[in-house]
Amino acid sequence: MTLATDALAGGFVEAPVQSAQAFREILEVMARPGMIRRVSGATPPAPLSVAAGTALLVLTDPTMRLHLAGAANCPAVRDWVAFHIGAPLSSAEEADFAVGTWDALQPVSRFRIGQPDYPDRSATLIVECDQLVNHGPALTGPGIQTATWLNLPETAAFRVNRGLFPLGFDTLFTAGDQIAGLPRSTRVEAI
Amino acid sequence: MYVAVKGGERAIDNAHQWLAEERRGDPAVPELTIPQIREQMRLAVNRVMAEGSLYDPDLAALAIKQARGDLIEAVFLIRAYRTTLPRLAGSLPVDTGAMAVDRRISATFKDLPGGQVLGPTFDYTHRLLDFALMAEGATQDAPPRVGEANPMEGETRVPHVASFLNRDGLIETADASDTPPPDLTREPMELPADRALRLQALTRGDEGFVLSMAYSTQRGYGRTHAFVGELRIGTVAVEVDIPELGFAVEIGEIELTECETVNQFKGSKTEPPQFTRGYGLVMGQSERKAIAMSLVDRALRWQELGEDFTGAPAQDEEFVLMHCDNIQATGFLEHIKLPHYVDFQAELELVRKLRSEAQAMQEAAE
Amino acid sequence: MTDQAYNFAYLDEQTKRMIRRAILKAIAVPGYQVPFASREMPMPYGWGTGGVQVTAACLVPEDRLKVIDQGADDTTNAVSIRRFFQRTAGVAVTEVTAEATVIQTRHRIPETPLTEGQILVYQVPIPEPLRFLEPRETETRKMHALEEYGLMHVKLYEDIARHGQIATSYAYPVKVEGRYVMDPSPIPKFDNPKLSGNPAIQLFGAGREQRIHALPPWTKAVSLDFDDHPFQTSKAPHDCDLCGARDSYLDEVITDDAGGRMFVCSDTDFCAGRRAKGHVGRLGEAT
Repeated sequence: MTLATDALAGGFVEAPVQSAQAFREILEVMARPGMIRRVSGATPPAPLSVAAGTALLVLTDPTMRLHLAGAANCPAVRDWVAFHIGAPLSSAEEADFAVGTWDALQPVSRFRIGQPDYPDRSATLIVECDQLVNHGPALTGPGIQTATWLNLPETAAFRVNRGLFPLGFDTLFTAGDQIAGLPRSTRVEAI
Repeated sequence: MYVAVKGGERAIDNAHQWLAEERRGDPAVPELTIPQIREQMRLAVNRVMAEGSLYDPDLAALAIKQARGDLIEAVFLIRAYRTTLPRLAGSLPVDTGAMAVDRRISATFKDLPGGQVLGPTFDYTHRLLDFALMAEGATQDAPPRVGEANPMEGETRVPHVASFLNRDGLIETADASDTPPPDLTREPMELPADRALRLQALTRGDEGFVLSMAYSTQRGYGRTHAFVGELRIGTVAVEVDIPELGFAVEIGEIELTECETVNQFKGSKTEPPQFTRGYGLVMGQSERKAIAMSLVDRALRWQELGEDFTGAPAQDEEFVLMHCDNIQATGFLEHIKLPHYVDFQAELELVRKLRSEAQAMQEAAE
Repeated sequence: MTDQAYNFAYLDEQTKRMIRRAILKAIAVPGYQVPFASREMPMPYGWGTGGVQVTAACLVPEDRLKVIDQGADDTTNAVSIRRFFQRTAGVAVTEVTAEATVIQTRHRIPETPLTEGQILVYQVPIPEPLRFLEPRETETRKMHALEEYGLMHVKLYEDIARHGQIATSYAYPVKVEGRYVMDPSPIPKFDNPKLSGNPAIQLFGAGREQRIHALPPWTKAVSLDFDDHPFQTSKAPHDCDLCGARDSYLDEVITDDAGGRMFVCSDTDFCAGRRAKGHVGRLGEAT
């Protein structure tokens, strides 16, 4: 097997510090659903965004099964993942992490939602978006003082997911270097 | 006038300095060297390697020196070092059938292929203090061995006793499995545990704890009718598959103690009458631990063999596995030395309140 | 100065990833205890290894770290942990609550209200609130899964029957967002109201027990009680003898062998801050 030379580039230059800085942003956006922050450090091959690539570098490794959905499942991305992360690629049903556009990830009911005694054994979806803005469906729940808004791709699937609580998948949204989070605990309402 | 206690930093520095002095002891007495500890305190080194889960006699000797002979403290030093080491590869399972044995005994057969080898054991020593060892400067050479040397010298395979019984179908078989065992040091303990995980916890468990658990089964708390089918001590090769080469290479040798018990078993609702097995495998020469481990392993298998749970501690997987680790135990035990005055104050207020209310009620009644 | 012999914040990157994933799941399911493969740390289990691992997974070089034990910055174990991170992560440290970005604590929540952007990391000895009612992990796990908390209510009710009130004064359990019953670590129940609706991220690390749980900001954490026996906080009925604070949690200090005692703020930064502003208690000296 030969790796395209691009696959060798685009990782963290200084992993301990860059991954710590990116994790803090990811922690903030998961803890405060709807909040939009910026992360950087990774320059993954197209179609992955900087934010999605950075999140993958921070959170995944050879112990995590990764599902590449739709256009993300291309040779350039697979090579990059193999070189920088080493995560085994998997089906949607088995994945710990999945990355792709909202359409490519459908149906999201395929993803692991954990078990009643281990709700943490559930998938985290990294959803690639065109843009992230604090506009659109209203979010309430843990991490949100009163209410906030985020341009979710839809509300129905997230309402179903919230109905499964404490089971369910958790979601990160990425666009360019922007990132936002939507844990399963958030209540979503179209307005 | 009360001045809030300050000076924690200085107190810590001074304590460390004093500790270093105490470790060294009287400077007029020559300092211990690592090779001295490694060679002459070998059983202590073995215990630290076994419970520290790291096969490195020099580092174990260093830990013993640094810990001033406190073996649990030495195990702790090794564990804290071990966890920072990268995983370069996983070895192939070691083949104890190919062990170069120094000691090999069976309590169930008078003689057997390969023979009985007593080896370096305390077993038949009379426990009389040997004052000759106290004579300063006298170098003690081992007395010459009498008669034939190790009869196993040059043997390449020493068959296991269980395999003789197995030929007649009298003992349970254990199927080989290629499933990678769980790794206690890399994954959180999950209960119920499978046998591989239990054995992993026991082999690094505290020798005293495992010994007492085993002893309790002998006294009737989860009795398993154990015979030492075989106890063997010796060195085995450790091999690692090198994918680029397409074959395994030997990366070194380690000393192991292996014990397999043969347990009487009258049969249960699910299993026919046959002998069953308990297994112990420990790094270094650690035979008390290996025997104890095999008894506890067997006691923990009650469910799989369809036996009754009698409420014995040694049958209780969660009790044994959650309490056998001396580093966890000693840490939590000793943490009650730390200040707890915030919780204690809360309790103090509660007790005062309960007392005053009780008193008020009593007075009202009178 | 960072000790170059170790990775940033001591832990290797794979271990940090594992802990970070557990933290995110803990945030996603508030109050649920996420198992994690706790590592042996160069300090003993029971001395804050869970908190240290969580802090190590969260720290960035720009952080300003505060470490307290019993509310105080200068207790020996707090000193030891603070030094560990100065050495391995090279972060700035502070004793001032308002200046800290990450606060690791044992047994207290600071008196000064926390703000958005701060992370409070608790050291947790026994994360399972049901453990002293049911010692088996296999059982308590089922009880959480089934939301079966009757045992806890029975225990609290027995307290009321026997003592006329709930006889739990610290590590007082809370129900998080109406779902999981959670142990807040052995903080005095005086601190319980600060758990709920707090703007900071609250993370709880139990090293020996291999569990992480969390309260995201603004999360509701209700101290368990009964309609006819509502939850009440408690503290020594005194003012601080050094700074005169009437509403802070107090340590009782024995001053002689004739029953003499004084009460002082357990939160040393809070007390020092008040004294710097000129507040003087019964036995304090004007500064």
